[in-house]
Amino acid sequence: MTGFRSVPVPAGSEATVSFNGRELAARAGEPLAATLLANGVRTVASGVYTDRPRGIVGLGTEEPCGYVRVDSPPIESMAQATRVETHDGLCARSLNGYARLPEGEEAPRGDRVWAHCDVLVVGAGPAGIAAATAAARAGARVILACDAPQPGGGLAGEWDAAEGTAAREWQEPRIAALRDEPELRLLTRTTVTGLYDHGEVVALERRPHAAASGGAVHRLWHIRAGRTVLATGSCERPIVFEGNDRPGVMLAGAAVGYARRHGVLAGQRAVVFGCHDEALWAAVALHEAGATIVAVADARPAPGPAPVAALYERGIGVLTASGVTRTTGGSGGVLSAATVAPIDSDGNATGEGRSFPCDLLAVSGGHDPATALAAHSGGRKRWSPEHAAFLPDQTPPGVRLAGAAAGTRNPAAARDQGERVGHAAAVEALAHESATDGAEVADDGAAAPVVGSGHTPPMALWTVADARTDERRAFVDLHRDATLADIRDAIGAGMTSIEHIKRYTTIGTGPDQGRTSGVPATGIVAGLLDRTMDEVGGTGSRPPWVPIPLTAVAGRELGELFDPARRTPMHDWHVAQGAVFEDVGQWKRPRYFPREGEDMRAALQRECRAARESVGALDASTLGKIMVEGRDAGTFLDRIYANNFSTLRPGRCRYGVMCTADGMVLDDGVAVRLSDTQYMCTTTSGNADTVRAWLEEWAQTEWPELCVHITDVTDHWATISVVGPRSRDVMARLAPREDLSAEGFAFMTYRDTTVLGVPARILRVSFTGELTFEVNVPAWYGRAIWEAVMAAGHPYGITPYGTEGMHLLRAEKGFIVVGHETDGTVTPVDVGLGWAVSKRKDFVGKRSLWRPDTAREDRQQLVGLMPEDGDHVVAEGAQLVAERPGSVPVSMQGHVTSSYLSPALGRSFALGLLSQGRERHGDRVYAVHLDEAVPVTVTDPVFYDKEGSRRDG
Amino acid sequence: MLLIPCPWCGPRDEAEFRYGGQARVAYPEDPWALDDTAWAEYLFVRDNPEGWFAERWFHTAGCRRWCDVMRDTATNRVAGSAPTGASLTEVTK
Ligand SMILES: [Zn+2]
Repeated sequence: MTGFRSVPVPAGSEATVSFNGRELAARAGEPLAATLLANGVRTVASGVYTDRPRGIVGLGTEEPCGYVRVDSPPIESMAQATRVETHDGLCARSLNGYARLPEGEEAPRGDRVWAHCDVLVVGAGPAGIAAATAAARAGARVILACDAPQPGGGLAGEWDAAEGTAAREWQEPRIAALRDEPELRLLTRTTVTGLYDHGEVVALERRPHAAASGGAVHRLWHIRAGRTVLATGSCERPIVFEGNDRPGVMLAGAAVGYARRHGVLAGQRAVVFGCHDEALWAAVALHEAGATIVAVADARPAPGPAPVAALYERGIGVLTASGVTRTTGGSGGVLSAATVAPIDSDGNATGEGRSFPCDLLAVSGGHDPATALAAHSGGRKRWSPEHAAFLPDQTPPGVRLAGAAAGTRNPAAARDQGERVGHAAAVEALAHESATDGAEVADDGAAAPVVGSGHTPPMALWTVADARTDERRAFVDLHRDATLADIRDAIGAGMTSIEHIKRYTTIGTGPDQGRTSGVPATGIVAGLLDRTMDEVGGTGSRPPWVPIPLTAVAGRELGELFDPARRTPMHDWHVAQGAVFEDVGQWKRPRYFPREGEDMRAALQRECRAARESVGALDASTLGKIMVEGRDAGTFLDRIYANNFSTLRPGRCRYGVMCTADGMVLDDGVAVRLSDTQYMCTTTSGNADTVRAWLEEWAQTEWPELCVHITDVTDHWATISVVGPRSRDVMARLAPREDLSAEGFAFMTYRDTTVLGVPARILRVSFTGELTFEVNVPAWYGRAIWEAVMAAGHPYGITPYGTEGMHLLRAEKGFIVVGHETDGTVTPVDVGLGWAVSKRKDFVGKRSLWRPDTAREDRQQLVGLMPEDGDHVVAEGAQLVAERPGSVPVSMQGHVTSSYLSPALGRSFALGLLSQGRERHGDRVYAVHLDEAVPVTVTDPVFYDKEGSRRDG
Repeated sequence: MLLIPCPWCGPRDEAEFRYGGQARVAYPEDPWALDDTAWAEYLFVRDNPEGWFAERWFHTAGCRRWCDVMRDTATNRVAGSAPTGASLTEVTK
């Protein structure tokens, strides 16, 4: 047993947790890492790429090694033991190598939350508490986000006992007062993961306690902040030497943190090694907590007198100008001794080392302000030799830093700075000053780093080595198992940029974002290349600061709520009839209505035969319907459509096609002129939003002088297409007083009337070639009129058909569907709609039809395709080639756009786009798909009723 | 996510908008007066500066109106917005 509790678990807080199947006594709410250390569990996991044992190194998000899997709810496939809160019944295991998502387990639920505030304060140490309090008292609405379960987490440096006590005495009442501030919202267990443009901040809130009740265990906050104060503290960095990855080697500040915050000593016999005063104070703190200090090594020839004196009082000497050159492993490879040798300022041993048996090696190479969040939106940092750290240099617009994040390590100075910065942020936010320029930190007195009194400068130390050092065992990135030798290899391979070296060695690419490895890597590279720290720089920091579970990103946008489904008024009827549905845009449309024992092919043949031979019915409600109204509606549509609409008489319909400015087909459909000033334009299902936005864009931005109003009325109307030679008989039963004759109700006209007393717009249009009445009724009546149509058609065997039948019937007639026969590279002329392109007037895109490329003679054109084997249905999307199978080279000449088995033709057929296709009718080409090349004959695209004799019944 | 100042609705999240590219590229008065090269320029060629840029945004999930926004493409700073056709504060650096 190495670790132990210096403070017993208080009564009422006892918990039992399971780790790798072993039951451990825990204090409820402490980090799992503290439980493991208290129970002498030293090896927590093994390396990602090596099987070397690894233990707890850090205290929080910087932990590179101690990864576990949590099997009790809420399950986590990969978590840092330093950030898993214990509770009775927690069950966790070592994570060795890569994490795997649990199979068959329900993923924890997440939620997303949106919030606004004047001032966001990130971090609730002394600086953050002071900043939030000052901002709230200045009248700002404040959000204080704190990664820990309670505010007050990290006192930078922890300093000596007296200062620590003073800091806590200052802090305790202020933490209590935070909850009394009416406009201050305290978010605990909430980690800010990214800073984005214009004050946008994303934060992840952990709610492990919600798992039991089935609540959201994560909340992803999207905060829009007027000003942001980063009081994010600092990251402690290790020092690289041989065997620095053994369980038992820890960051000195983390070892002190476990002792002070959790009453847990990570080891009984400690060696402490550092290169700055705070590491010496850590030795004092560990001794205070009950550890035996075996040796203290400081790389500096002259460490700070105050901590040296404090250690001397305790009977502890300091080995100056000394460092740990290597560790020795005992059973299972865990730390059993550390070798301390005299070293020079580069960390090279200058004499023989001495081995000190120990079970804890507390190491500290210094502290780097945690400025990654500032870097997300453009902040920069520079190396300060005086602090031996990268300090923030320029902060992004609206962002300020305070406390250790600004380089201020003394708690009293940090809280003073926090107060000034918080107040200034509130004043600016409340004045609604726009956050424009990034502040030069040096110009902002409030943000300049403050160094404590009696300060002796730290030293920058990256590595310690002697002649025997095995650099393959000297780890720079403990998570990625990347070593000093790897950096040397990268440089040997010619890399000099830190970004390249990062990617070559993978240093800093782990889920811990290389918090403990980034700066040491820069220091090592600077030394090897003989460059300055600023010349080498650091790698870019990108969000998220901590991993965000995808379930939190998804929130409730899952399953049914992933994308809203649109359903027609007749939807439930279709469901009751056993329709098979497909998605068309957001719409759910019946694809076909299979009867008992029918497959799609059989159902389709039956449905299409009914429409051609008797009567069928299609729910066409999803057809886009856009009202274009106003004095200039006709003029407007003339400019939009390729053909003329101002000349259309009220009461009549016309097919139109519209193009984008580059002359490509955007959409097509029938428009009806309801009155002099009103048109209803129909669009392809699923394209109504696009067309509406297109019309709005031109009306607003190019022709604001035209009086037009554009309204999408798609779901105001239910649309029923009654199709087939008996459709007139069906309609006669529904509207007995109407003249439905071919002469009385002519093709391409419309009638405003009633059907069974319901107001109706009936259009005589046809998308199948058959006699068709397209009945539009207000959506509320859709289901009733649909059922009335089915009842009236019963004597004629009326058959509902779906999108598959609709596509087949129109393809037999050679009618295009936008998105099938067109793909944004096809002009109206290409698909045989040249007749709909006005020769006289101009319209959007017309000029483009005369561009050299669109006028090219070998453009792909719409053709019919007859497979030579009439039973074979070629694949849609198959390439069309002229060469026989097996010959090379092969030139792609087009592709199959639609392909079906036709009941009317008694054989298969297809539509396609083929280079110079209109001149190649009768030619044989091959439709190539996967391993098959099917011979097909090029034909006219109209297969059925070329004369158009059936449209009037 | 940008915060875009809609002239009618005030500052709103970028997610409510659709981007419309460079502003003030009018559909040519007489397309037929342009030769093929000039027409292709209109169709396909736009400025892509690093710095201040007048661009169009369409408030699709809001008032459904187009506006012009002056934005620095390097820093995402926004200098102002105006209804299409209205004058927009010029920013030069
Ligand atoms: Zn708006």
